[in-house]
Amino acid sequence: MKRHQNLILMFLVVILVAVPLWMVKRPAPGPDGKKVAIFAGADDKAKETISVIAPQYKPWFKPLMEPPSGEIGSLLFALQAALGAGFIGYWLGCSVTRAKLRRQKSET
Amino acid sequence: MHIMEGFLPVKHAIGWSIASAPVVAYGLHTINKKIRENPEQRMLLGVAAAFTFVLSALKMPSVTGSCSHPTGTGLGAVLFGPAAVAPIGAVVLLFQALLLAHGGLTTLGANVFSMAIVGPFAAAAVFRLARTVRLPFGVAVFLAASLGDLLTYVTTSCQLALAFPDPAGGFAASFAKFAGVFALTQIPLAISEGFLTVIVMNALVRFNREELTSMKIETGQEAQA
Repeated sequence: MKRHQNLILMFLVVILVAVPLWMVKRPAPGPDGKKVAIFAGADDKAKETISVIAPQYKPWFKPLMEPPSGEIGSLLFALQAALGAGFIGYWLGCSVTRAKLRRQKSET
Repeated sequence: MHIMEGFLPVKHAIGWSIASAPVVAYGLHTINKKIRENPEQRMLLGVAAAFTFVLSALKMPSVTGSCSHPTGTGLGAVLFGPAAVAPIGAVVLLFQALLLAHGGLTTLGANVFSMAIVGPFAAAAVFRLARTVRLPFGVAVFLAASLGDLLTYVTTSCQLALAFPDPAGGFAASFAKFAGVFALTQIPLAISEGFLTVIVMNALVRFNREELTSMKIETGQEAQA
């Protein structure tokens, strides 16, 4: 029962991620013929909104270190996710084995 | 929800840092205490931290045509109480600020306040409320995680609106604009986060029942505060 519930929930998450990809259409290119960027980060959108509301505002501090390219950025994000997922996987493996050993012990 | 480096006026940056620091310090104190009393909970604390690491690295597309990421703080808030999540969230945000130029040191206080303080406290409160009105455990976890996620982004919108009030419409008009960017985008992601948290919690209930019982979760009516 629980196993099914988890499968259904995972399926729903995939749907929730996939639907926007399919729903949001790329607007026609502007007069300069450049492709309009879609699915940019909301953080960058907020930056644009700030420059509309307060055009005179200048950021007063720069990041100490910026990933030199998008690839390096995604490397670090993947690393972050891998560390987390690795630990969760380790814990899940330990837990499943522990439950199994307990069951065997109570059977004998 | 990351406010970019340098994008908060100095006064705001300092103010949010002063507001966040004591909560993070208190959170560290609670974590130390919990681990000393129940060393077997160390693994679960690691799982809660790992979950935040994974979820805050996943940038997902949303119906508004922009991308954002879940926070993963609801799980820890339900398991260990909201204060314990503050240092965990602060570590994640520091990692992203230093290595990824995502968020920033000057905005760390504000980002910690929204993601590692408001989100978890909201999640814990929602969980407690949902259990008080006798909603099933899974539903309570879902509501806690997704509302905590959403409120994190509402908080960010508030912080930006306070720092950059609209010249014509003031705070309210500015809040509406930032909430349009953040909170609206976040709705499907918050639902995803709710589902993912329930998935992990199901595994916890199945394999770590005695730990949960010792933490007075599930059997008790309230989350640990």
